Amino acid sequence: MSNGITAITMPKWGLTMTEGKVVGWLKRPGQRFAEGEEIIEIETTKITNVLEAPAGGTLRRIVAPAGSTLPVGALLAVVAPEEVAEGEIDTFVAGFAIPEPSAEAATDADTAKPRELEAAGLRLRYLELGEGGSVPVLLLHGFGADLNTWMFTQPALADERRVIALDLPGHGGSAKDVGSGNAERLTDAVEGAIGALGIDRVHLIGHSMGGAIAASLALRRPELAASLTLIASAGLGPEINAAFLDGFVRAARRREAVEVLSLLVHDPALVSRTMVEDVLRYKRLDGVAAALAKIADAWFAAGRQSLDLTAQIVTLERPVQIIWGREDRVIPVSNAEALADRLPVHILEQAGHLPHMEKAGEVNRLIKQFIEI
Amino acid sequence: MPLKSIRQALNEALAQEMRRDPRIIVIGEDVAGGAGSQGQRDAYGGVLGVTKGLFGEFGESRVIDTPITESAIMGAAAGAAVTGLRPVAELMFSDFFGVCFDQIYNQAAKFRYMFGGKAKTPLVIRTMIGAGRSAAAQHSQSPYHIFTSIPGLKCVVPSNAYDAKGLLIQAIRDDDPVIFCEHKLMYDLRAEVPDEPYTIPFGEANIVRDGDDVTVVALSRMVHYADEAADALVKEGIECELIDPRTTSPLDEDTILESVERTGRLVVVDEATPRCSMAADIAALVADKAFASLKAPVKRVTAPHTPVPFAPSLEKLYIPSPERIAEAVREVYGYGR
Repeated sequence: MSNGITAITMPKWGLTMTEGKVVGWLKRPGQRFAEGEEIIEIETTKITNVLEAPAGGTLRRIVAPAGSTLPVGALLAVVAPEEVAEGEIDTFVAGFAIPEPSAEAATDADTAKPRELEAAGLRLRYLELGEGGSVPVLLLHGFGADLNTWMFTQPALADERRVIALDLPGHGGSAKDVGSGNAERLTDAVEGAIGALGIDRVHLIGHSMGGAIAASLALRRPELAASLTLIASAGLGPEINAAFLDGFVRAARRREAVEVLSLLVHDPALVSRTMVEDVLRYKRLDGVAAALAKIADAWFAAGRQSLDLTAQIVTLERPVQIIWGREDRVIPVSNAEALADRLPVHILEQAGHLPHMEKAGEVNRLIKQFIEI
Repeated sequence: MPLKSIRQALNEALAQEMRRDPRIIVIGEDVAGGAGSQGQRDAYGGVLGVTKGLFGEFGESRVIDTPITESAIMGAAAGAAVTGLRPVAELMFSDFFGVCFDQIYNQAAKFRYMFGGKAKTPLVIRTMIGAGRSAAAQHSQSPYHIFTSIPGLKCVVPSNAYDAKGLLIQAIRDDDPVIFCEHKLMYDLRAEVPDEPYTIPFGEANIVRDGDDVTVVALSRMVHYADEAADALVKEGIECELIDPRTTSPLDEDTILESVERTGRLVVVDEATPRCSMAADIAALVADKAFASLKAPVKRVTAPHTPVPFAPSLEKLYIPSPERIAEAVREVYGYGR
């Protein structure tokens, strides 16, 4: 790019996103910003989120006003140093074309489809992105979620390594037979999946119940775990929001689902119609209600977590970090605060139980720094 | 996720449910398709192709090909249902309901009530609705409002393949008679449909798109026309909230009312004739329960009060079009501004 002119373009969040709508600009033309600052709010059919500045600079021209809907890759705004003349920016805008997907990118899109593997006698769905020599990453979602919870995380980590997001048994596109549904059973499945993927060392990243499974696996097979990132994790104390669990297991209709999903986030506007619809579509599948009830019973009977791994995790001879949302209404942030003197703990403001979605940029930075050590 | 047509989605729902529960039978004209023609059975899977393969898998005791006698089909199915089977009967064209209506509305729909709750009637009647094929006045109607008006019957009007599969499985598992209305122009319409069985609860509307300006309620094929109209209106700065009730009985009143309370403006799109119709019913519902929220008169976009014309040019005028829907939305949106 000449004269340091760069484009801010419509991002691609998740596999199915083809276009996005500009909800509003958080910076004005002429304003300077640093890398990572929130620049623009974008709504997709799945989710509304903020786009963070990939690099610092000065916002010179807003091309896509609030309310406009544009395809992925379209020009949203122009960033350039103050000394660049308006005329040069005009030329840049006039000459901008949405990059045609290259042959390579087209192949990527083809391979970036969920696949299936066999582990512990179960058919499990997973999505793999990225390649390269660095130690791979395994992402484990929480109770009732699926691999799509990592839509902002997975692409951001996939520059130089394989990043695999797995659907746990009973979840997403995986088999709905969960056996006892307890931590041991689910950890067996994840351990089997890692074997099936031919991985002998992996950065484990788990959210909520997936965090407790990641921790269980690291304790069972320390040689496998290069590091452990626990996001709003289960297994670090007894408290859990029983109303959320009951509500989630029970919700069959949109109204109930909206209410219970709102408990997950700091800003309920994040819960989009499609997010709710995706949850309902999952919950309508034969076998899901039984699987969820079984898991909930094994993990969270009587509104308490039955598994507490805190004592073992703090003595685990592997790098462990904890990430939590200050406003978490499912598992209290006090679980993280209690560990602050023994482990690196990052508490994110204005985030609820889904910091990896609500504060995706910050969480991605924390993970990248952590696994690149 | 695999794309499947409505025809495939319905076929998959029937096959999966029949594998799950041996009490489920299929009965109707040509459901084994071409039985007797050159000795080849299951040549077509019915005129709609929906039951293809079922005869081969489940045999003649569970896939019963009947003569052309709707009254016998519905009578046998209603009787089988109260005695413990779970029949899925096919009324090839909904226009023919007249010849078997006693069995449906005065028998099947009343059994639970007349027997003091001791009998249940798990009967599904699949039937074809809709104009657009020049099938003329006796094969082109959409009489779901007539079924909807009868207590004891449930009525389903799916608009896409995902809903078709989930609603048909729900209908089969339901213990009351359900009329399942398939639009004859939508069988090839495809959508993402999970391979696994799943159910969609009755009385739960689908919000097809969000919008704050005008609520549009549309049924069956009209959902797609309304969506097309809404796409065009976005360019004029009008955002429609499009609601597909999916079932007319039970009707998800709350979703419609909550939307109108927010938008204050309502257009109802219904391919059926206008008198005593779903369009009239939903307009009355909103006038009754959300009157204070209304900022404009409710507009109904329907067929005229006439038989469906045979001539393609007239039939095209008869069916509500995206243009007529958009015009109605503009009128309602502009009212009082």
